[in-house]
Amino acid sequence: MQPLSITLPSDREIRITRSFAAPAELVFDCWTIPALIRRWLGPADWVFVTCEFDPRVGGRWRFVTRGPDGFEMGSSGEVLEIARPGWIKMTELYDMDWTGGQTIVTNTITEQGGVTTSVVTVLYANQEAREGARATPMAEGMEMGFKRLDELLEHRPTDRLTD
Amino acid sequence: MPSSSQLDLTFAALADPTRRAILARLAQGDATVNELVEPFAMSQPAISKHLKVLEAAGLVSRRQEAQRRPVHIEALPLADAVGWLETYRKFWEHSYQRLDGLLAELQSFTPKTDKQN
Repeated sequence: MQPLSITLPSDREIRITRSFAAPAELVFDCWTIPALIRRWLGPADWVFVTCEFDPRVGGRWRFVTRGPDGFEMGSSGEVLEIARPGWIKMTELYDMDWTGGQTIVTNTITEQGGVTTSVVTVLYANQEAREGARATPMAEGMEMGFKRLDELLEHRPTDRLTD
Repeated sequence: MPSSSQLDLTFAALADPTRRAILARLAQGDATVNELVEPFAMSQPAISKHLKVLEAAGLVSRRQEAQRRPVHIEALPLADAVGWLETYRKFWEHSYQRLDGLLAELQSFTPKTDKQN
């Protein structure tokens, strides 16, 4: 079993790898059937207001989640490629567009010896977009203390390379 | 928000296990280059080279202090580097823990059948 691993394959990508004690078909279904998606995706204190996913090439998907303080965050996209149980490729665009344009999300699901590994790769429009997640309500909702970090950053030392 | 080039320097500097070990040592307190050479069983030029990379990334600083130039850890670039990554990590960790529970629940309803290969 592989615990959660997050890597940065390139400047514009982030890759999330994790394995599960379940068959690939079941993991795939949890990614593509709205009644299942709404049970697990996102922090526990955010609830789905809208959860639609049309698992066909050209199919649309839309998620709207509501945080504990009532803030709603929406995202949607199109399914580009899909093959049960091993492959999903889709576009994703947040309503707030903090990612600077749409991202491409791929998910490779492989099963070996009863253990299924999901490799999710998100390709952002650019590097700044990838690193923009810290400024989202998603981050605040999870009490990551970003306000404190922002205060710290205001007192950032100037570039040391010019010393 | 920190610049991307700053984050590049930070991540490049953190990519090396020796440099991470040096930072771990410095987290316990300032040290001179000579004090760092000892526990790492490396030559002074090798340690100095690593320190230059860490310094360029803003992860450590050195100040003149009589005959010594103690190396000091700078926490801010580290906080920058993990800030946005932490957001993703938390998001997926929370989500996938819930998915573990859902998958277990779904399998408890489905009798296990041998795979037809």
